[in-house]
Amino acid sequence: MTVDETIRQVLAEHGRLAVSVDALSDDTDLFGAGMTSHASVNVMLALEDAFDFEFSEKMLKKSTFESIGAIRTGVLEMTGG
Amino acid sequence: MTRAGEVATRMAAVADEVAGPAADDVDAAARFPTETIEALKAEGLLAALVPIEFGGGGASLEEVSQGLVALGRRCASSAMVVAMHHIQVACLVRHGRNEVLRAYLQELAEHQYLLASATTEVGTGGDVRSSICALEVADGRFRVEKQAPVISYADDADAVLVTARRTADSPESDQVIVLCRPPGLELEQVGEWNALGFRGTCSTGFLLRATGDAGEVLDEPYADISTRTMLPMAHLMWSSVWLGIASDAVDLARRFVQSEARRKPGTMPPAAQRLAAVTVVHQQFVDMVQSSLARFAAAGTDADRLSSIGFGVGMNALKVSSSTLVVDIVRECMLICGLASYRLDTPYSLGRHLRDAMGAALMVNNDRIMANNAQMLLVLRGE
Repeated sequence: MTVDETIRQVLAEHGRLAVSVDALSDDTDLFGAGMTSHASVNVMLALEDAFDFEFSEKMLKKSTFESIGAIRTGVLEMTGG
Repeated sequence: MTRAGEVATRMAAVADEVAGPAADDVDAAARFPTETIEALKAEGLLAALVPIEFGGGGASLEEVSQGLVALGRRCASSAMVVAMHHIQVACLVRHGRNEVLRAYLQELAEHQYLLASATTEVGTGGDVRSSICALEVADGRFRVEKQAPVISYADDADAVLVTARRTADSPESDQVIVLCRPPGLELEQVGEWNALGFRGTCSTGFLLRATGDAGEVLDEPYADISTRTMLPMAHLMWSSVWLGIASDAVDLARRFVQSEARRKPGTMPPAAQRLAAVTVVHQQFVDMVQSSLARFAAAGTDADRLSSIGFGVGMNALKVSSSTLVVDIVRECMLICGLASYRLDTPYSLGRHLRDAMGAALMVNNDRIMANNAQMLLVLRGE
């Protein structure tokens, strides 16, 4: 699975979005799409498990998880990809 | 107009001269503390947190907190009304950036408007971060209808800040907050407020219907306003009120022990040791409120700091801790004063203190707050 596919799968399983993950573009606002802050924590935990890394303290903020593009940037930064 | 630096002193004067003498009647009748709010308005103190350039007092949060402690000592209901008002004002000051809301801030300072809040809703199970009602916006006007299980002092407020879904198609968590005010504001009371404590807050339910200028909708998502301002402000302002209750209880306990000591000089009163112990706990409470105020002030308007997990966990911890400490302290003070505090007709009566204090853990239930912290701690880094 590519990084994007994994991110989308995590969002589908844990994002509790009001829309289908397939309908999301790279910059769709995930919070606007119904992701709660609780759900974003689960997304984050699942991402860490899927990619086997830990987000750093400074990345633990809303903007890191606001879109698929933002998540990809964060994941790649942390995994050195 | 207020001069910065005087806010705490002048709030304390209203507390002593107006709120204190009215407190028993406000409590007994479960009525709004009209005279206290009018006195604060006359002093320009409802705009204490509005910046000077908008005609407000430009006071620091520390000053307002001190003022709330003073009010909380005399009448916790009055203090809680004023605390809730300042929380709303802070949201407008920090997040109401458009021209309509800027003009409203000036109007608020000029007329000393009192703001109320409608964040809870029937059907959301007490979760203020989700809404069922939705905003309808058309032709530059908004319309909203909300079943609010509680809007404290709504009948005596000049405007209500209301949360709602952004649009009829938005998910429950995509909320905005909107300023609702006359003439576009209609309130239909549902039920009565006859509670154990904080009886003067008149926290009844309402069916709220409002229309207004679309500019009265705050631009930023409510999720951000809540995290960065409303939640930390609420926990800081509420804690100040509860500290006021605890401080008055400790004062009464000390006076009680001193009167015992005067009766038998040379003999240590039996409760003196307990007074020393409760004073230690009280000082922890004072220091915790002060350090949390400093932490919030240091974060300024830095969105990253204010929305960091560590900050959120800390502000939640403040609420849980202070709502627990206020009960602990009042109970200890009752042990010190004995039956004189249990009776309702002595100068050492702590009945109202105890009843008010018991509400602290319930207004946003501590269990809910601990569940939020438990969630955040799953991802907090120790860096």
